[in-house]
Amino acid sequence: MRIAIIGFGSVGRGVAEAIADNQNGLTVTAVADSKSAAIDESGLNIAEILRNKAETGICGSPDITVSDIISSDAYDILVEVSPTNAETAEPALGYIRGALAGGKYVVTSNKGPIALKFEELHALAEAHGVTLRYEATVCGAIPLIHTIEHGIAGNEISRLYGIFNGTCNYILTRMAEEGLTYQQALLEARELGYAEADPTYDVQGIDAAIKLVILANAVWGMKKCLDDVDIIGIDRVTSAAIALAEKEDQTIRLIGEIDPADDILRVSPRIIPKSHPLVVRDTLNAVTIETDLAGEITLIGKGAGSSETASAILSDLLFICDCYGRRD
Amino acid sequence: MKDSPGQLVAALKPISDMGGNILSVIHERDPEADGGLLDVQIMCEISEGTLDTLLSQYRSQGISVLRVGEERFLVRRSIILIGHLIHTDISDTIDKIDSTGYAEVHELSMVMPAINEPSSAKMTIKSDCITDVNRALAILRDVAREKELLIIESLEGN
Repeated sequence: MRIAIIGFGSVGRGVAEAIADNQNGLTVTAVADSKSAAIDESGLNIAEILRNKAETGICGSPDITVSDIISSDAYDILVEVSPTNAETAEPALGYIRGALAGGKYVVTSNKGPIALKFEELHALAEAHGVTLRYEATVCGAIPLIHTIEHGIAGNEISRLYGIFNGTCNYILTRMAEEGLTYQQALLEARELGYAEADPTYDVQGIDAAIKLVILANAVWGMKKCLDDVDIIGIDRVTSAAIALAEKEDQTIRLIGEIDPADDILRVSPRIIPKSHPLVVRDTLNAVTIETDLAGEITLIGKGAGSSETASAILSDLLFICDCYGRRD
Repeated sequence: MKDSPGQLVAALKPISDMGGNILSVIHERDPEADGGLLDVQIMCEISEGTLDTLLSQYRSQGISVLRVGEERFLVRRSIILIGHLIHTDISDTIDKIDSTGYAEVHELSMVMPAINEPSSAKMTIKSDCITDVNRALAILRDVAREKELLIIESLEGN
Protein backbone atom coordinates (compact mmCIF):
# COMPACT_ATOMS: atom_id res chain seq x y z
CA MET A 1 0.00 0.00 0.00
CA ARG A 2 1.08 3.58 -0.60
CA ILE A 3 2.03 5.71 2.40
CA ALA A 4 2.02 9.49 2.91
CA ILE A 5 4.01 10.72 5.92
CA ILE A 6 3.05 14.09 7.42
CA GLY A 7 5.69 15.33 9.83
CA PHE A 8 9.31 14.57 9.06
CA GLY A 9 10.95 14.88 12.47
CA SER A 10 12.73 11.97 14.08
CA VAL A 11 9.59 9.80 14.19
CA GLY A 12 8.60 10.52 10.58
CA ARG A 13 12.14 9.82 9.40
CA GLY A 14 12.25 6.65 11.52
CA VAL A 15 9.04 5.38 9.88
CA ALA A 16 10.34 6.23 6.39
CA GLU A 17 13.60 4.38 7.07
CA ALA A 18 11.83 1.34 8.49
CA ILE A 19 9.54 1.15 5.44
CA ALA A 20 12.49 1.55 3.05
CA ASP A 21 14.51 -1.13 4.91
CA ASN A 22 11.79 -3.73 5.23
CA GLN A 23 10.40 -5.62 2.27
CA ASN A 24 6.88 -5.34 3.60
CA GLY A 25 4.79 -4.26 0.64
CA LEU A 26 4.71 -0.60 1.68
CA THR A 27 5.82 2.30 -0.52
CA VAL A 28 6.27 5.88 0.60
CA THR A 29 4.69 8.08 -2.06
CA ALA A 30 4.50 11.41 -0.19
CA VAL A 31 6.25 13.17 2.68
CA ALA A 32 5.80 16.61 4.22
CA ASP A 33 7.45 18.66 6.94
CA SER A 34 6.37 22.10 8.17
CA LYS A 35 7.97 23.92 5.23
CA SER A 36 7.90 21.60 2.25
CA ALA A 37 6.58 18.40 0.71
CA ALA A 38 7.31 15.81 -1.95
CA ILE A 39 4.94 13.54 -3.90
CA ASP A 40 5.74 10.72 -6.30
CA GLU A 41 3.02 8.18 -6.98
CA SER A 42 5.52 5.58 -8.10
CA GLY A 43 7.44 5.83 -4.82
CA LEU A 44 9.88 8.37 -3.43
CA ASN A 45 13.61 7.77 -3.07
CA ILE A 46 13.79 7.74 0.73
CA ALA A 47 17.60 7.80 0.92
CA GLU A 48 17.69 10.93 -1.21
CA ILE A 49 14.94 12.64 0.80
CA LEU A 50 16.67 11.85 4.10
CA ARG A 51 19.90 13.30 2.67
CA ASN A 52 18.07 16.46 1.52
CA LYS A 53 16.47 16.85 4.93
CA ALA A 54 19.85 16.48 6.66
CA GLU A 55 21.58 18.95 4.35
CA THR A 56 18.94 21.61 3.73
CA GLY A 57 16.53 21.10 6.64
CA ILE A 58 13.58 20.53 4.32
CA CYS A 59 12.36 17.29 2.79
CA GLY A 60 10.94 18.45 -0.53
CA SER A 61 9.72 21.43 -2.49
CA PRO A 62 8.41 24.54 -0.69
CA ASP A 63 5.81 24.85 -3.49
CA ILE A 64 3.97 21.71 -2.42
CA THR A 65 1.87 21.81 0.76
CA VAL A 66 0.44 19.21 3.13
CA SER A 67 -3.03 20.01 1.75
CA ASP A 68 -1.85 19.03 -1.74
CA ILE A 69 -0.93 15.62 -0.36
CA ILE A 70 -4.10 15.17 1.71
CA SER A 71 -6.39 15.91 -1.23
CA SER A 72 -4.36 13.85 -3.70
CA ASP A 73 -4.91 10.22 -4.66
CA ALA A 74 -1.23 9.42 -4.30
CA TYR A 75 -1.64 7.45 -1.05
CA ASP A 76 -3.75 4.80 0.68
CA ILE A 77 -2.65 5.36 4.29
CA LEU A 78 -1.83 8.67 5.95
CA VAL A 79 0.87 8.52 8.63
CA GLU A 80 0.28 11.64 10.71
CA VAL A 81 3.28 12.30 12.98
CA SER A 82 3.41 16.10 13.18
CA PRO A 83 3.95 17.79 16.58
CA THR A 84 1.09 17.49 19.10
CA ASN A 85 -1.11 20.38 20.09
CA ALA A 86 -3.04 19.26 23.16
CA GLU A 87 -5.42 22.26 23.15
CA THR A 88 -6.69 22.53 19.58
CA ALA A 89 -5.16 19.37 18.03
CA GLU A 90 -4.53 21.45 14.90
CA PRO A 91 -3.23 21.28 12.27
CA ALA A 92 -3.10 17.48 12.66
CA LEU A 93 -6.86 17.24 13.25
CA GLY A 94 -7.60 18.88 9.89
CA TYR A 95 -5.19 16.56 8.08
CA ILE A 96 -6.75 13.47 9.66
CA ARG A 97 -10.30 14.62 8.92
CA GLY A 98 -9.32 15.36 5.31
CA ALA A 99 -7.73 11.96 4.79
CA LEU A 100 -10.60 9.99 6.42
CA ALA A 101 -13.21 11.97 4.47
CA GLY A 102 -11.30 11.06 1.30
CA GLY A 103 -11.55 7.35 2.19
CA LYS A 104 -7.94 6.99 3.31
CA TYR A 105 -6.71 4.97 6.29
CA VAL A 106 -4.96 6.95 9.01
CA VAL A 107 -2.20 5.97 11.44
CA THR A 108 -1.13 8.59 13.95
CA SER A 109 1.14 9.15 16.93
CA ASN A 110 -0.56 12.47 17.57
CA LYS A 111 -2.27 12.54 20.98
CA GLY A 112 -4.16 15.81 20.43
CA PRO A 113 -6.69 14.69 17.81
CA ILE A 114 -7.26 11.28 19.46
CA ALA A 115 -7.72 12.72 22.95
CA LEU A 116 -10.01 15.53 21.80
CA LYS A 117 -11.99 14.10 18.87
CA PHE A 118 -11.86 10.33 19.05
CA GLU A 119 -15.59 9.80 18.68
CA GLU A 120 -15.93 12.11 15.71
CA LEU A 121 -12.87 10.70 13.91
CA HIS A 122 -13.91 7.12 14.60
CA ALA A 123 -17.39 7.82 13.17
CA LEU A 124 -15.88 9.60 10.15
CA ALA A 125 -13.63 6.60 9.45
CA GLU A 126 -16.58 4.20 9.72
CA ALA A 127 -18.68 6.34 7.43
CA HIS A 128 -15.98 6.13 4.77
CA GLY A 129 -15.20 2.45 5.22
CA VAL A 130 -11.68 2.98 6.56
CA THR A 131 -9.96 2.76 9.97
CA LEU A 132 -8.01 5.06 12.21
CA ARG A 133 -5.21 3.53 14.28
CA TYR A 134 -3.32 5.20 17.09
CA GLU A 135 -1.13 2.65 18.89
CA ALA A 136 1.74 5.16 19.11
CA THR A 137 -0.31 7.70 21.08
CA VAL A 138 -0.14 5.65 24.29
CA CYS A 139 3.03 4.16 25.83
CA GLY A 140 5.26 4.28 22.72
CA ALA A 141 6.51 0.84 21.81
CA ILE A 142 4.16 -1.10 24.14
CA PRO A 143 1.43 -2.73 22.02
CA LEU A 144 -1.25 -1.68 24.50
CA ILE A 145 -4.16 -0.82 22.18
CA HIS A 146 -3.45 -3.90 20.08
CA THR A 147 -3.35 -6.12 23.19
CA ILE A 148 -6.67 -4.75 24.42
CA GLU A 149 -8.44 -4.82 21.04
CA HIS A 150 -7.11 -8.14 19.75
CA GLY A 151 -4.79 -9.96 22.17
CA ILE A 152 -7.36 -10.18 24.96
CA ALA A 153 -10.47 -9.67 22.82
CA GLY A 154 -13.56 -11.08 24.56
CA ASN A 155 -12.31 -10.24 28.04
CA GLU A 156 -14.16 -7.78 30.22
CA ILE A 157 -11.64 -5.18 31.40
CA SER A 158 -12.50 -4.03 34.90
CA ARG A 159 -9.58 -1.75 35.63
CA LEU A 160 -6.44 -0.46 33.97
CA TYR A 161 -3.59 1.32 35.71
CA GLY A 162 0.06 1.99 35.20
CA ILE A 163 3.00 4.22 34.54
CA PHE A 164 2.33 6.34 31.48
CA ASN A 165 5.09 8.93 31.70
CA GLY A 166 8.76 8.01 31.44
CA THR A 167 10.04 11.41 32.56
CA CYS A 168 8.20 11.22 35.89
CA ASN A 169 9.27 7.61 36.35
CA TYR A 170 12.89 8.56 35.79
CA ILE A 171 12.70 11.39 38.33
CA LEU A 172 11.01 9.21 40.99
CA THR A 173 13.45 6.34 40.38
CA ARG A 174 16.42 8.66 40.89
CA MET A 175 14.89 10.23 44.00
CA ALA A 176 14.34 6.75 45.48
CA GLU A 177 17.67 5.23 44.52
CA GLU A 178 20.02 8.15 45.10
CA GLY A 179 18.06 10.22 47.59
CA LEU A 180 18.10 13.16 45.16
CA THR A 181 15.70 16.04 45.70
CA TYR A 182 12.98 16.57 43.11
CA GLN A 183 14.89 19.54 41.66
CA GLN A 184 18.15 17.60 41.37
CA ALA A 185 16.46 14.65 39.68
CA LEU A 186 14.62 16.98 37.29
CA LEU A 187 17.87 18.70 36.38
CA GLU A 188 19.46 15.35 35.67
CA ALA A 189 16.49 14.29 33.52
CA ARG A 190 16.87 17.50 31.53
CA GLU A 191 20.58 16.99 31.00
CA LEU A 192 19.91 13.50 29.67
CA GLY A 193 17.20 14.82 27.35
CA TYR A 194 14.38 12.99 29.17
CA ALA A 195 12.68 16.21 30.25
CA GLU A 196 11.83 19.26 28.19
CA ALA A 197 13.07 22.76 29.07
CA ASP A 198 9.51 23.35 30.26
CA PRO A 199 8.69 20.09 32.05
CA THR A 200 5.17 21.17 33.15
CA TYR A 201 3.34 18.88 30.75
CA ASP A 202 5.14 15.80 32.10
CA VAL A 203 5.68 16.49 35.82
CA GLN A 204 2.20 17.86 36.46
CA GLY A 205 0.69 14.67 35.11
CA ILE A 206 -0.98 16.22 32.03
CA ASP A 207 0.75 13.92 29.53
CA ALA A 208 -0.31 10.83 31.51
CA ALA A 209 -3.86 12.22 31.83
CA ILE A 210 -4.15 12.68 28.04
CA LYS A 211 -3.21 9.03 27.57
CA LEU A 212 -5.89 8.02 30.09
CA VAL A 213 -8.47 10.04 28.16
CA ILE A 214 -7.47 8.24 24.95
CA LEU A 215 -7.79 4.83 26.63
CA ALA A 216 -11.05 5.71 28.40
CA ASN A 217 -12.64 6.79 25.13
CA ALA A 218 -11.15 4.09 22.94
CA VAL A 219 -11.51 1.09 25.27
CA TRP A 220 -14.70 1.95 27.14
CA GLY A 221 -16.31 4.66 24.98
CA MET A 222 -16.45 6.81 28.13
CA LYS A 223 -16.61 10.14 26.23
CA LYS A 224 -14.16 11.81 28.62
CA CYS A 225 -12.00 14.88 28.19
CA LEU A 226 -8.93 16.16 30.02
CA ASP A 227 -11.06 18.10 32.52
CA ASP A 228 -12.64 14.83 33.67
CA VAL A 229 -9.31 13.50 34.97
CA ASP A 230 -8.28 14.15 38.60
CA ILE A 231 -4.66 15.13 38.15
CA ILE A 232 -1.90 15.45 40.73
CA GLY A 233 1.67 15.68 39.47
CA ILE A 234 4.98 14.74 41.08
CA ASP A 235 6.42 18.23 41.52
CA ARG A 236 5.63 18.33 45.25
CA VAL A 237 6.89 14.83 46.08
CA THR A 238 9.80 14.99 48.53
CA SER A 239 12.68 12.54 48.84
CA ALA A 240 11.74 12.25 52.54
CA ALA A 241 8.30 10.96 51.50
CA ILE A 242 9.90 8.33 49.27
CA ALA A 243 12.26 7.37 52.11
CA LEU A 244 9.24 6.90 54.43
CA ALA A 245 7.67 4.56 51.87
CA GLU A 246 10.95 2.68 51.34
CA LYS A 247 11.14 1.84 55.04
CA GLU A 248 8.29 -0.59 54.45
CA ASP A 249 9.54 -1.93 51.12
CA GLN A 250 7.30 0.39 49.22
CA THR A 251 8.00 3.28 46.89
CA ILE A 252 6.18 6.12 45.12
CA ARG A 253 5.27 6.14 41.43
CA LEU A 254 3.03 8.36 39.30
CA ILE A 255 0.08 6.10 38.48
CA GLY A 256 -2.66 6.69 35.94
CA GLU A 257 -5.80 4.72 36.73
CA ILE A 258 -9.10 4.00 35.00
CA ASP A 259 -11.84 2.19 36.90
CA PRO A 260 -15.05 2.67 34.92
CA ALA A 261 -17.33 0.98 37.47
CA ASP A 262 -16.38 3.55 40.13
CA ASP A 263 -16.03 6.32 37.54
CA ILE A 264 -12.38 6.77 38.53
CA LEU A 265 -10.11 8.54 36.08
CA ARG A 266 -7.07 9.86 37.85
CA VAL A 267 -3.37 10.50 37.71
CA SER A 268 -1.59 10.79 41.05
CA PRO A 269 1.54 9.75 42.91
CA ARG A 270 0.78 6.51 44.76
CA ILE A 271 2.44 4.31 47.35
CA ILE A 272 3.17 0.95 45.75
CA PRO A 273 5.00 -2.18 47.02
CA LYS A 274 8.47 -2.43 45.47
CA SER A 275 7.68 -6.01 44.48
CA HIS A 276 4.73 -4.89 42.31
CA PRO A 277 5.31 -5.62 38.60
CA LEU A 278 4.51 -1.96 37.81
CA VAL A 279 7.59 -0.75 39.68
CA VAL A 280 9.85 -0.31 36.67
CA ARG A 281 13.03 1.75 36.58
CA ASP A 282 14.13 4.83 34.70
CA THR A 283 12.06 5.92 31.70
CA LEU A 284 10.15 2.67 31.23
CA ASN A 285 6.36 2.58 31.06
CA ALA A 286 4.25 -0.24 32.48
CA VAL A 287 0.52 -0.96 32.40
CA THR A 288 -1.57 -3.54 34.25
CA ILE A 289 -4.90 -4.59 32.73
CA GLU A 290 -7.36 -6.38 35.04
CA THR A 291 -9.63 -8.71 33.10
CA ASP A 292 -12.31 -11.28 33.90
CA LEU A 293 -10.88 -14.23 31.97
CA ALA A 294 -7.16 -13.56 31.58
CA GLY A 295 -6.67 -12.19 35.10
CA GLU A 296 -4.05 -9.49 35.36
CA ILE A 297 -1.77 -8.72 32.44
CA THR A 298 1.16 -6.33 32.81
CA LEU A 299 2.97 -4.90 29.82
CA ILE A 300 6.34 -3.18 30.21
CA GLY A 301 8.36 -1.30 27.60
CA LYS A 302 9.77 1.94 26.33
CA GLY A 303 7.20 4.69 26.27
CA ALA A 304 9.03 7.21 24.12
CA GLY A 305 11.78 7.57 21.55
CA SER A 306 11.75 7.79 17.79
CA SER A 307 12.42 4.16 16.90
CA GLU A 308 9.99 3.00 19.61
CA THR A 309 7.25 5.28 18.24
CA ALA A 310 8.11 4.18 14.70
CA SER A 311 7.68 0.57 15.87
CA ALA A 312 4.11 1.28 17.00
CA ILE A 313 3.32 3.08 13.74
CA LEU A 314 4.79 0.31 11.62
CA SER A 315 2.70 -2.30 13.44
CA ASP A 316 -0.46 -0.24 12.78
CA LEU A 317 0.51 0.08 9.09
CA LEU A 318 1.12 -3.65 8.72
CA PHE A 319 -2.11 -4.41 10.58
CA ILE A 320 -4.03 -2.31 8.05
CA CYS A 321 -2.20 -4.05 5.19
CA ASP A 322 -2.99 -7.50 6.61
CA CYS A 323 -6.65 -6.70 7.16
CA TYR A 324 -7.45 -4.57 4.16
CA GLY A 325 -4.45 -4.60 1.80
CA ARG A 326 -5.55 -7.42 -0.44
CA ARG A 327 -9.10 -6.21 -0.73
CA ASP A 328 -8.72 -4.51 -4.11
CA MET B 1 -6.94 -21.79 83.26
CA LYS B 2 -5.26 -23.43 86.22
CA ASP B 3 -4.20 -20.92 88.83
CA SER B 4 -0.60 -22.00 88.86
CA PRO B 5 2.70 -20.32 87.88
CA GLY B 6 3.51 -20.12 84.15
CA GLN B 7 -0.09 -20.69 82.98
CA LEU B 8 -0.73 -17.12 81.85
CA VAL B 9 2.49 -16.99 79.87
CA ALA B 10 1.55 -20.31 78.25
CA ALA B 11 -1.81 -18.84 77.23
CA LEU B 12 -0.24 -15.75 75.69
CA LYS B 13 2.55 -17.57 73.88
CA PRO B 14 0.43 -18.99 70.99
CA ILE B 15 -0.64 -15.43 70.17
CA SER B 16 2.89 -14.07 69.99
CA ASP B 17 4.08 -17.21 68.17
CA MET B 18 1.71 -16.45 65.32
CA GLY B 19 2.86 -12.84 65.15
CA GLY B 20 -0.22 -11.49 66.91
CA ASN B 21 -0.46 -8.36 68.98
CA ILE B 22 -1.83 -8.49 72.53
CA LEU B 23 -3.93 -5.44 73.32
CA SER B 24 -5.10 -6.23 76.86
CA VAL B 25 -5.20 -9.03 79.41
CA ILE B 26 -7.75 -8.99 82.21
CA HIS B 27 -6.78 -11.42 84.87
CA GLU B 28 -8.81 -11.29 88.06
CA ARG B 29 -8.26 -13.61 90.95
CA ASP B 30 -11.46 -14.32 92.73
CA PRO B 31 -10.71 -15.60 96.29
CA GLU B 32 -14.21 -17.12 96.47
CA ALA B 33 -13.74 -19.22 93.36
CA ASP B 34 -13.15 -22.84 93.94
CA GLY B 35 -11.50 -25.58 91.97
CA GLY B 36 -8.31 -23.57 91.45
CA LEU B 37 -9.44 -22.30 88.06
CA LEU B 38 -9.08 -18.79 86.79
CA ASP B 39 -10.90 -16.82 84.07
CA VAL B 40 -8.69 -14.65 81.85
CA GLN B 41 -9.91 -12.26 79.19
CA ILE B 42 -7.49 -11.51 76.34
CA MET B 43 -7.95 -8.94 73.61
CA CYS B 44 -5.58 -9.40 70.69
CA GLU B 45 -5.02 -8.69 67.02
CA ILE B 46 -4.17 -11.64 64.78
CA SER B 47 -4.07 -12.10 61.03
CA GLU B 48 -7.32 -12.58 59.22
CA GLY B 49 -8.55 -16.19 59.24
CA THR B 50 -6.17 -17.48 61.94
CA LEU B 51 -8.61 -17.54 64.85
CA ASP B 52 -9.41 -21.25 64.41
CA THR B 53 -5.72 -22.13 64.51
CA LEU B 54 -5.37 -20.24 67.78
CA LEU B 55 -8.40 -21.95 69.31
CA SER B 56 -7.10 -25.43 68.44
CA GLN B 57 -3.73 -24.50 69.94
CA TYR B 58 -5.49 -23.66 73.20
CA ARG B 59 -7.49 -26.88 73.16
CA SER B 60 -4.32 -28.94 72.73
CA GLN B 61 -2.80 -27.17 75.75
CA GLY B 62 -5.79 -27.94 77.95
CA ILE B 63 -6.99 -24.34 77.98
CA SER B 64 -10.69 -24.11 77.29
CA VAL B 65 -12.02 -21.05 75.58
CA LEU B 66 -15.27 -20.10 77.28
CA ARG B 67 -16.33 -17.45 74.84
CA VAL B 68 -14.95 -15.74 71.73
CA GLY B 69 -16.08 -12.17 71.90
CA GLU B 70 -16.55 -9.78 69.06
CA GLU B 71 -14.33 -10.82 66.17
CA ARG B 72 -13.39 -7.61 64.46
CA PHE B 73 -11.84 -7.24 61.09
CA LEU B 74 -8.94 -4.81 61.14
CA VAL B 75 -7.97 -2.91 58.06
CA ARG B 76 -4.92 -0.70 57.89
CA ARG B 77 -4.10 1.73 55.14
CA SER B 78 -1.08 3.97 54.91
CA ILE B 79 -0.90 7.33 53.20
CA ILE B 80 1.80 9.94 52.91
CA LEU B 81 1.14 13.63 53.48
CA ILE B 82 3.47 16.35 52.22
CA GLY B 83 3.23 20.04 53.04
CA HIS B 84 3.29 22.40 55.98
CA LEU B 85 1.95 19.76 58.33
CA ILE B 86 2.77 21.45 61.63
CA HIS B 87 1.64 24.92 60.59
CA THR B 88 -1.64 23.49 59.37
CA ASP B 89 -2.16 21.80 62.75
CA ILE B 90 -1.32 18.11 62.47
CA SER B 91 -3.24 17.33 65.65
CA ASP B 92 -6.38 18.78 64.09
CA THR B 93 -5.75 16.60 61.02
CA ILE B 94 -5.47 13.53 63.29
CA ASP B 95 -8.58 14.54 65.27
CA LYS B 96 -10.62 14.68 62.08
CA ILE B 97 -10.04 10.91 61.75
CA ASP B 98 -10.04 9.94 65.44
CA SER B 99 -13.31 11.75 66.09
CA THR B 100 -15.18 9.74 63.47
CA GLY B 101 -15.62 6.85 65.89
CA TYR B 102 -15.04 4.32 63.07
CA ALA B 103 -11.40 4.95 62.21
CA GLU B 104 -8.28 6.08 63.98
CA VAL B 105 -4.77 7.21 63.24
CA HIS B 106 -2.67 4.28 64.35
CA GLU B 107 0.84 5.41 63.45
CA LEU B 108 2.50 8.58 62.32
CA SER B 109 6.11 9.09 61.33
CA MET B 110 7.21 12.48 60.21
CA VAL B 111 10.34 13.93 58.64
CA MET B 112 10.90 17.64 59.04
CA PRO B 113 13.67 19.15 56.93
CA ALA B 114 14.83 22.78 57.08
CA ILE B 115 12.51 25.46 58.43
CA ASN B 116 9.93 26.60 55.86
CA GLU B 117 10.50 23.47 53.79
CA PRO B 118 7.50 21.16 53.47
CA SER B 119 7.54 18.16 55.81
CA SER B 120 6.53 14.61 54.92
CA ALA B 121 4.58 12.19 57.09
CA LYS B 122 3.47 8.61 56.76
CA MET B 123 0.16 8.03 58.47
CA THR B 124 -1.49 4.66 59.07
CA ILE B 125 -5.24 4.61 59.52
CA LYS B 126 -6.92 1.67 61.19
CA SER B 127 -10.52 0.63 61.03
CA ASP B 128 -12.81 -2.39 61.17
CA CYS B 129 -13.65 -2.56 57.50
CA ILE B 130 -12.64 -1.30 54.09
CA THR B 131 -15.74 0.87 53.76
CA ASP B 132 -14.83 2.77 56.92
CA VAL B 133 -11.19 3.14 55.88
CA ASN B 134 -12.38 4.60 52.59
CA ARG B 135 -14.70 6.99 54.45
CA ALA B 136 -11.75 8.11 56.56
CA LEU B 137 -9.60 8.54 53.44
CA ALA B 138 -12.30 10.71 51.88
CA ILE B 139 -12.17 12.95 54.98
CA LEU B 140 -8.38 13.13 54.70
CA ARG B 141 -8.62 14.07 51.03
CA ASP B 142 -10.89 16.99 51.95
CA VAL B 143 -8.57 18.06 54.76
CA ALA B 144 -5.58 17.86 52.39
CA ARG B 145 -7.37 20.05 49.85
CA GLU B 146 -8.33 22.58 52.51
CA LYS B 147 -4.83 22.70 54.04
CA GLU B 148 -3.08 22.50 50.67
CA LEU B 149 -1.30 19.25 51.52
CA LEU B 150 -0.29 16.67 48.96
CA ILE B 151 -1.85 13.32 49.81
CA ILE B 152 -0.29 10.16 48.39
CA GLU B 153 -2.51 7.11 48.68
CA SER B 154 -1.56 3.50 48.19
CA LEU B 155 -2.30 1.87 44.84
CA GLU B 156 -4.67 -0.72 46.26
CA GLY B 157 -6.62 2.08 47.86
CA ASN B 158 -9.93 1.62 46.09
